Amino acid sequence: MSALWSLLRRDLLLALRRPSEVLTVVFFFVVVAALFPLAVGPERATLRMLAPGVLWVGALLASLLALNRLFEADHRDGTLEQMLLSGTPLTLLVVAKIAAHWVLCGLPLVLLAPLLGVLFDLSGDALGVLALSLLIGTPVLSCIGAIGAALTLGLRGGGVLLALLVLPLFVPVLVFGAGAVEALAAGLGSEAHLSILMALLLLSGLFSPWACAQALRIALE
Amino acid sequence: MQPHTGLETRDLACERGGKTLFEGLNLSVFPGQSLHLQGDNGSGKTSLLRLLCGLALPLAGQVLWAGQPTTHEREGFLRDMLYLGHALALKEGLSALENLHFAAALSGQAWVPDAALQALHQMGLRGREHLPLQVLSQGQMRRVALARLGLSPARLWLLDEPFVALDTAACGVLQELMQNHVSRGGMVVFTSHQAVHLASGDNRSHRLGRA
Repeated sequence: MSALWSLLRRDLLLALRRPSEVLTVVFFFVVVAALFPLAVGPERATLRMLAPGVLWVGALLASLLALNRLFEADHRDGTLEQMLLSGTPLTLLVVAKIAAHWVLCGLPLVLLAPLLGVLFDLSGDALGVLALSLLIGTPVLSCIGAIGAALTLGLRGGGVLLALLVLPLFVPVLVFGAGAVEALAAGLGSEAHLSILMALLLLSGLFSPWACAQALRIALE
Repeated sequence: MQPHTGLETRDLACERGGKTLFEGLNLSVFPGQSLHLQGDNGSGKTSLLRLLCGLALPLAGQVLWAGQPTTHEREGFLRDMLYLGHALALKEGLSALENLHFAAALSGQAWVPDAALQALHQMGLRGREHLPLQVLSQGQMRRVALARLGLSPARLWLLDEPFVALDTAACGVLQELMQNHVSRGGMVVFTSHQAVHLASGDNRSHRLGRA
């Protein structure tokens, strides 16, 4: 377990010392969300209708930005080899990598989304559901994305391939994430959508570390 | 000979890019022995080390640790083994001490800061323990990686070109480390193009590839 914690701490420390990568993700999300109301115009009803979709697509693309670097640095400098030889199961170490990635590239989006939602004239309830859907949904994006990152590790032009691989798998998350906020606005309640998101999180959380570990083993051979 | 504590290979064969690098390779290292792997560029030294530590799988044959294939009881083997490859597994954003701390945690060792400082001083890095590695030179970074040798409880060291980029003083320190390890009953397998003379112990060498 201590290997897990120190890997998580190391990734956070490295990001803290070189924050440009995380800031790129956050900046991208903020810019996309802030430009939309300017382009669409000040019609409140339109903005309210657009908000969940725009914010969710923004969050999804933003989290895609940092994905292809998830394992790359560790692969290049040999840390991945040492992880494989460490005696700690690689699956567990991958859990720490994914957790660090989410804290750095997912959590800031969750925290920023309610602020940006105000630009779209969302109600207090809707802001809450938006943040909640992102809180459950962004870890799913990290989990699924990590599989893609592991599969495309060491390939030239891997970034494009990675996007092609994971975007279709991101679609259900997007549909139910944005759908949760829309359902609330339509007066249907968002529990069903959030439950499905939660199920996706459990499924991807269980399956993804194992799949990543297998893909990384193949990449290193 | 104590057949139950060493590293042995049985009829090991390796292929890279459709070309057989070596086959029928039988090597062994037992406590108190070192093995110097020699050979031309591309003769399969690095590939052999990767087979020995289990990062790659052999085309044929087995690697045995304590008489058992290393694929069995893998965790026990990994705890007894330290592999230092071409890539140093160091983060440029972290200091030497932080890098050693992470390496120790990853391999499940207890962290003793004083011992780590001492290992860094031994490698001639006094005063640079807290500097981020990006301000160190190539040779100094290799010294940081090699400081792991002084901290690890591993009995078997697998070192890929450990003398590269080191100055004469550091080469001397490294030879001394290897010497001490072997004389304490450790085992070292290393590749090097240099002639390396360990003063005591049972030191063998093996040349890969046909001359």
